Amino acid sequence: MIRFSKVTKRYPTGTDAALDDVSFHIGRGEFVFLTGHSGAGKTTILKLMFAEERPTSGDVRVSGFGIGTLKRDEVPRLRRRLGIIFQDFRLLEGRTAAENIAFALEVTGSRAEVIPRRVARVLEQVGLANKADALPRELSGGEQQRVAIARALVNDPPVLLADEPTGNLDERATRGVFQLLCDINTAGTVVVMATHDLDLVRHANKRTLEMRDGRVVFDSISDATESW
Amino acid sequence: MNLVTREALHSFRRARTLSALSVTTIAFALFVTGLFGLVALNLHGAIRQIAERVQVVAFIKRDTPSQQISAAMTDIGVFPEVLTVEYVSETQALERAQRELTEFREVYQDLEVNPLPPSIELSLKPQFRDATHAAAVAERLRGFDFVEEVKFGQDWVQRLDSLRDIAGLVGLAIGLAFALVSIVIIGVTIRITVLQRAREIHIMRLVGATDWFVRGPFLLEGAIKGFLGGSAALILCGSVFAAFRAQRIGLGVGLRFFTPGEGTLLLLFGVLLGFGGSLVSVGRHLRQV
Repeated sequence: MIRFSKVTKRYPTGTDAALDDVSFHIGRGEFVFLTGHSGAGKTTILKLMFAEERPTSGDVRVSGFGIGTLKRDEVPRLRRRLGIIFQDFRLLEGRTAAENIAFALEVTGSRAEVIPRRVARVLEQVGLANKADALPRELSGGEQQRVAIARALVNDPPVLLADEPTGNLDERATRGVFQLLCDINTAGTVVVMATHDLDLVRHANKRTLEMRDGRVVFDSISDATESW
Repeated sequence: MNLVTREALHSFRRARTLSALSVTTIAFALFVTGLFGLVALNLHGAIRQIAERVQVVAFIKRDTPSQQISAAMTDIGVFPEVLTVEYVSETQALERAQRELTEFREVYQDLEVNPLPPSIELSLKPQFRDATHAAAVAERLRGFDFVEEVKFGQDWVQRLDSLRDIAGLVGLAIGLAFALVSIVIIGVTIRITVLQRAREIHIMRLVGATDWFVRGPFLLEGAIKGFLGGSAALILCGSVFAAFRAQRIGLGVGLRFFTPGEGTLLLLFGVLLGFGGSLVSVGRHLRQV
């Protein structure tokens, strides 16, 4: 589903590589944590996965798309096969929860008559059926993240990428959002979640890729580790 | 209502102040351009009216047989520069002098012999009303043996040429400057709108919208703002023009406002600026994100 082969990423302004010779593979149905301190390379890995950045060298393949050679006009096709959520939710402030979710369907050209049904389905799935008409500012942090997850799921993507999705949430909301991601994964969606919440990682019993200084230094399903 | 239209209107509602500011900026930029256009149009009209007086007059030797004059007039009438050919007899010339030169009326009445020769008067087609073409026609007329003298007011036709050249150059330079300033001001205004909605653009791209899909609402919004700004500019120009004419200071006489076609052109210019400005601003923004 996702394969990194000897991937190095250097930003034009940086002296050190953000990613240095990184290789791993994520198969169908997996739930994978990306952990590590700030600047370790977690977000760069996610950005490469949704083609926000391109590798300096090496090969990145996501859902059959080669990121290094992906043309600009092919990026939307890749992103329609991904769900992406962020720590800061990235909802449109002037629109209700339902409108935020419908927006993702509208901009990808879904037929108008199917949109209300699909929005209602994902709102139900994330437990916010009764908050469809609420504006983001009227929702708690956990609820806003659930709306963001609903928006990410509404196109039925095979892969969900989550960049610190619980970073702004209290413990209870964190547990709720995490459980929701587990449920989504159980339904067959690959989930890649970047987090520095080690408690969550320890108790989750999921595959973990630990990053340090742009390298994968630990992969919980692999015996091979570097400098560990 | 399709998504592009809905999003464009939605943007107007959400950012009312910024939208109003954009329309106002476009309106004033086009108002200044429109005012200059009005001045240029009227100046051009005035010069054209003066140019209508460019005339080549061939004075004819007395006692030239009328058949010879008629034959020559037919030949002259097919000169490519010539619009009309008119024969003015000695009597007609005297009557005209008495009528038009009132201060000499008595002198002309006391004459025993008419001193004015007959003549052939030529008016030129609009595109040939300049010193070079008038001189060329005059030279050809001198080739007829019954022609005594040819005049076309060389000095003032040359001055008219200079005036036309200067007015054309200055008009082009100022017109281009106004248009460029309008484009820059409108471009900056639209850029502010795009930056204000950078987050929305980012989210659209994250959920898989194509670049053209992102551009759509902005282009429509830009075109609507251009249309509204252009309409306001047209109304402002009309008000200033009416106020100017109402002054009754004499200058208003003979002035004209935009024709419906020219007014539509100003509106289209506004729409084009709004559309083009949005296309460039959003395109630049999309290349950066």
